[in-house]
Amino acid sequence: MERIGEIIREKGASTALIIGVFVFWELFCLMAGISDILLPRPTQIIAALIQYWPAIWPHTWQTLYTTLIGFSIGVVIGLLLGILIGSSKLAYDTAYPLLVGFSSIPKVAVVPIFVLWYGAGTVPAILTAMIICIFPIVVNVATGIATVEPELEDVMKTLKASKWDILWNVSLPRAMPYFFAALKVAITLAFVGSVVAETVASNRGIGNMMMIASSSFNVPLVFAGLFVLAGLGVALYVLFSLIEQRVTGWAHRKTDLASA
Amino acid sequence: MNVSLTTIEPATAIRVPAFIEFQGASITYGRGEKAVQALAPTSLKVAEGEFVALVGPSGCGKSTILKMVGELLKPSTGHVFVAGREIGATPIRIGMAYQNPTLLPWLNIRDNVMLPLKIVPPFRQGYRAKRKTEYRDRVETLLDQVGLGGFGDKYPWQLSGGMMQRANLCRALIHDPDLLLLDEPFGALDQFTREELWAIMQDLWLSKKLTVLLVTHDLKEAAYLADRICVMSARPGRILDDSPVEIARPRTIDMTFEPDFVALNQRLRAMIVGARGGTGIVSHAPGGPRS
Ligand SMILES: Nc1ncnc2c1ncn2[C@@H]1O[C@H](COP(=O)(O)OP(=O)(O)O)[C@@H](O)[C@H]1O
Ligand SMILES: [Mg+2]
Repeated sequence: MERIGEIIREKGASTALIIGVFVFWELFCLMAGISDILLPRPTQIIAALIQYWPAIWPHTWQTLYTTLIGFSIGVVIGLLLGILIGSSKLAYDTAYPLLVGFSSIPKVAVVPIFVLWYGAGTVPAILTAMIICIFPIVVNVATGIATVEPELEDVMKTLKASKWDILWNVSLPRAMPYFFAALKVAITLAFVGSVVAETVASNRGIGNMMMIASSSFNVPLVFAGLFVLAGLGVALYVLFSLIEQRVTGWAHRKTDLASA
Repeated sequence: MNVSLTTIEPATAIRVPAFIEFQGASITYGRGEKAVQALAPTSLKVAEGEFVALVGPSGCGKSTILKMVGELLKPSTGHVFVAGREIGATPIRIGMAYQNPTLLPWLNIRDNVMLPLKIVPPFRQGYRAKRKTEYRDRVETLLDQVGLGGFGDKYPWQLSGGMMQRANLCRALIHDPDLLLLDEPFGALDQFTREELWAIMQDLWLSKKLTVLLVTHDLKEAAYLADRICVMSARPGRILDDSPVEIARPRTIDMTFEPDFVALNQRLRAMIVGARGGTGIVSHAPGGPRS
């Protein structure tokens, strides 16, 4: 009972904060007399969102599916690479510094290369979303697998367990909390990737829509695009958080201690 | 009473009557400049069904010996035979428990204990064939034996250190091993819990009659549990002394206060203190990495 109250208080506080920010934004624009060419008010943005929704919707769908395809491919590749690198000490020691180096390259810099190879359109957006997701997942999964307690590995080996037995029964489940932490980071990064690619080289997607809207000074529509992106990002983040809680609840035992 | 120490064995060793036999087996970790001899060539025999304790200063190669027997490590020189075969090819089942219980936090105690049944044949095949209820009963019986009856549904974090260590013992025993390797399993427990677990361990051993190698810091523990105690020197480890413990079983905590027991303890203690001071850490490369 106490816990439910706590949740309401927590969620209530963050809802109040969001509403507060919007109210402040609205009032600030009104009182300072800021033109909607510079910074439209939240009410204007929502109005634009409703007014242009039939036009916005196809772009939303485009961005959502390119992001999800790129993200899915990135997750699969990242998971496999992470398992590979985490399972071998040699691979871990040699590949880990390389990975950290690679992940510090701004991935959006590769968009022109993808455009060069595949032309403008959906493919560069998918690939950018993919490549931007891979690194956090590889690094996290490899860490989770490589940090299995050596004693536990010894116990498994004296049972004559195969590498596969150890991976399936110990390393992979143990890496799951790391994997989900990476997923939540990766899904937001994937949106960054696909939207940037759309902005640079596509005639579809929210990124492209925002580009066109800004060149015609339809600033409320630009912000409407931002709102759509924020909504998609939050929705997917929440989705993965929920799956995470189901799958790796054991790693957050402090929170379910009260309910147990 | 001393075991032969630095005997060089012929390359092809034959005829092994003991259950475990070390023939001049040594271990050197690392290569070239950084090579460290952890274990000097050692010979040691353990009979089937025997309970042998290894004691000695820390870093002297006790865990290294266990790792060889558990086929985790091949000797740098010499040979190690288990059940008549050179390690790497032994057909026996082994159970192992460390001080760190390493229970899997996402599984309850029952499933944790069941883990070896998923891996070790012939249970592995049975597990595939969904003989899970049979295995559950098996786990439940063992949990009862160590005083964890009814805790099968609990998760590791809901258990005290002593209870986790009991579950760890169960995991090492569930697949009916021929050989049990214990590396300071009770080292992190308080005195009373430890004594409780000694009694449980003794009962388990008396009922199953399996071969046990126990590494411990606690001389009282060694004398309470073992048939034989091997005392090792500081690194590179050698077996300095190998004495039988001639105290009737089942042993009790009260017996540990009797003169025989106390005398044995004192003798072992003097030997280990000597081993530490004599060739111990102090005389080794000052300023170098200590173990
Ligand atoms: N993997 C390793 N690499 C290098 N040195 C090791 C390794 N494992 C153990 N050693 C060294 O070998 C010696 C014996 O180790 P160990 O068998 O663990 O001792 P203990 O008797 O305390 O169990 C120690 O000095 C330790 O530092
Ligand atoms: Mg040790």
